[in-house]
Amino acid sequence: MGGSTVFFDEMRGPDESARQPYAEYCAWLESVKINELHKKSREAETFFRRTGITFNVYGEKDADERLIPFDLVPRIIDGKEWRLLVRGIEQRVKAINAFLHDIYHRQEILRAGRIPEHLIANNEAFLPEMIGVTPPGGVYTHIVGVDLVRTGANEFYVLEDNARTPSGVSYMLENRETMLKMFPELFSQIKVQPISNYPTLLRRSLGKCAPVRSEGRPTVAVLTPGLHNSAYFEHAFLADQMGAELVEGHDLRVVDGRVAMRTTQGYQPVDVLYRRIDDEYIDPLNFNRSSMLGVPGIMDVYRSGGITLANAPGTGIADDKAIYSYMPDIVEFYTGQTAILKNVPTYRCSEADSLKYVLENLHELVVKEVHGSGGYGMLVGPAASKRELAAFRAKLIAKPSNYIAQPTLALSTVPVLTRSGLAPRHVDLRPYVLVSPDNIDITPGGLTRVAMKQGSLVVNSSQGGGTKDTWVLEE
Amino acid sequence: MLGKTAGGLFWLSRYLERSENTARLVEAGFRMALTRAAAGEDEWASVLTTVGCLNAYRAKHETIAPNSAVDFLLRDKTNPMSVYSVMQMARDNARATRTALTREVWEAVNDGWMVLKEMLRRPVAQADLPNVLSTVRQQSALVRGALQGTMLRNDIFSFSRIGSLIERADNTARILDVKYYVLLPTGAPVGSSLDNVQWEMILRSASAESSFHWLNAGNVTPKAIAEFLILDARMPRSLAFCYDGLIDSLRELGVEYGDTRPSHDLAAKLEARLTGRTIDNIIDSGLHEFIREFIKANAALASQVEQDYRFYE
Repeated sequence: MGGSTVFFDEMRGPDESARQPYAEYCAWLESVKINELHKKSREAETFFRRTGITFNVYGEKDADERLIPFDLVPRIIDGKEWRLLVRGIEQRVKAINAFLHDIYHRQEILRAGRIPEHLIANNEAFLPEMIGVTPPGGVYTHIVGVDLVRTGANEFYVLEDNARTPSGVSYMLENRETMLKMFPELFSQIKVQPISNYPTLLRRSLGKCAPVRSEGRPTVAVLTPGLHNSAYFEHAFLADQMGAELVEGHDLRVVDGRVAMRTTQGYQPVDVLYRRIDDEYIDPLNFNRSSMLGVPGIMDVYRSGGITLANAPGTGIADDKAIYSYMPDIVEFYTGQTAILKNVPTYRCSEADSLKYVLENLHELVVKEVHGSGGYGMLVGPAASKRELAAFRAKLIAKPSNYIAQPTLALSTVPVLTRSGLAPRHVDLRPYVLVSPDNIDITPGGLTRVAMKQGSLVVNSSQGGGTKDTWVLEE
Repeated sequence: MLGKTAGGLFWLSRYLERSENTARLVEAGFRMALTRAAAGEDEWASVLTTVGCLNAYRAKHETIAPNSAVDFLLRDKTNPMSVYSVMQMARDNARATRTALTREVWEAVNDGWMVLKEMLRRPVAQADLPNVLSTVRQQSALVRGALQGTMLRNDIFSFSRIGSLIERADNTARILDVKYYVLLPTGAPVGSSLDNVQWEMILRSASAESSFHWLNAGNVTPKAIAEFLILDARMPRSLAFCYDGLIDSLRELGVEYGDTRPSHDLAAKLEARLTGRTIDNIIDSGLHEFIREFIKANAALASQVEQDYRFYE
């Protein structure tokens, strides 16, 4: 990206004056010494370490837990901006659930020719085991994380829909806790919409999706791959906050047609399993046979209505990057309305014209693997070396259908605290959405991820990205 | 509660107790070495034996030198009984049972681990040893305080308490097992200097020195020491105290779950061996045999609890 590109800064306008949502914060900022901020920043780090808010990085020899860098300058969104986003997200999430139901039942959208059939039939994320299955309450995606980016005052784009097991919500909650500890005076001056009831809402929302067969207060459990998983902290955190058991595959087995957990008083049935394990590993009898993480036979119980899995298996077909480019059509097809939130223009490399364009303009594009996540296997053209470009070109030519490409977006910036003072860095936003049979809840704000390196556009924590507290102002 | 969680809590408490016990043994050994020139190698050998890692030590070191013994006991990562390894396992168990712990307890464990990890990063200089050892004990006291002060009195608390009392009973019994011979009546006049050293070592190893003297007002006899550590239920590291507590906690579990399990009987039988006896009676029928059997029965109780409450599949 050339030096001429002007990025939208969310805190200050081109004339350096504070944008309206930041007015009060900037006034406060002027009264604070930078040393003071540095000191708070160190305090915050100590707080994170003590609390154990850490993640493990795959493939690193030193298996020690690391902290995700936390920046203490909040990302602020005003109430009006947020209302627009909420409408757009709700619309999108409804469409996703309608799409999933359709695609595993009558497939009207294929018959209507709005999506090419081969995109579903040949897609690894499409789960034939889900054909004809309706999840309890009709909910497929109990938890969705919609990744948004901003390029201007009223310009928001959906970067991707995370409809499988979006992570990071524990950071959203702990970031706020940390900010409340560090800057109580700010929160008494500036009215920020609270987020701390997320775990309660999650518990309630999951409970409402319990199978019909369950009696009394539904038993909810969180299924984790275990201590060494990169998001273990989050799994334990959510279970703790919801008052649910944190289980691993070997704590569960199928007993009398139900999935039950081994307790000190024998096996007890689980009604809703919030599983943080991919489809592939969830049931060694039905899917990956070598999986040690899952529960043999759980899919059979699921299909017979004996347990709720959140999210439902097979939801990956909705957040697949090849499907992404059809999202505007999907929204329109199921809601009868034009999509409120914009999609990033996407080139499907499986199409010859697009592939040609992508190969010719590789240095200006962002190329992603269709099934990739976490910022792995991705090319940021403007930041790539000649050698990286050449290597990626070869991959593209070898398996074009594996990739999509998008223009490099001019992501908005928010300042972070650096050694030499505040400096702008690129951010994105992941709001968390809870879906139950009768309601959609969107926590005000979400997780702001920030690329800590100057100029970098990659915000993923696995690639050195950090996080910020996200404030949605009361109206 | 998940069986796995019960197991995690049980082991979390055992490991915390163990780290504190090891630190106390090192402290006793260190003090002995400072105050008695003659002590030396034998004392460190007996400390290593009590902790249960003499063989592992010998496999690694040719001679028993104070520095290498202390290093092996405190910070050797290859020694699963070292304070470092034990604290790491305690912390892993705390992470695994995070949902059952209050924030205070988790932070006390996590803090303790971070502090000790830093302190044990490099070999501990002799001048720093007292500080390191007291830190181990302080961290353990902080966790215990957080447990006492913030945890619900339910099965979670019971499993933690059962773990720490079984471990503590084992530790006190091991101290007695290694030193039983100095507590036996002999022909030699009481109060020879060697015996005094050994008695002091035993009492220190169990943090029992001042309370013993306070209760016995100068009357230091091996029999009184044995009685104090085995039968005196007022002394928090005595076998009788541990079994009082174990019976209590198992009873509470029984009330909560509405049933009794084989471990309850086993504990009651063991407790009967402690309450129905006098120290003369125990010494007459063989102090060493008594201790040996106790250690075995205590371990059997631990595995019965594991089975009864489905810690593992």
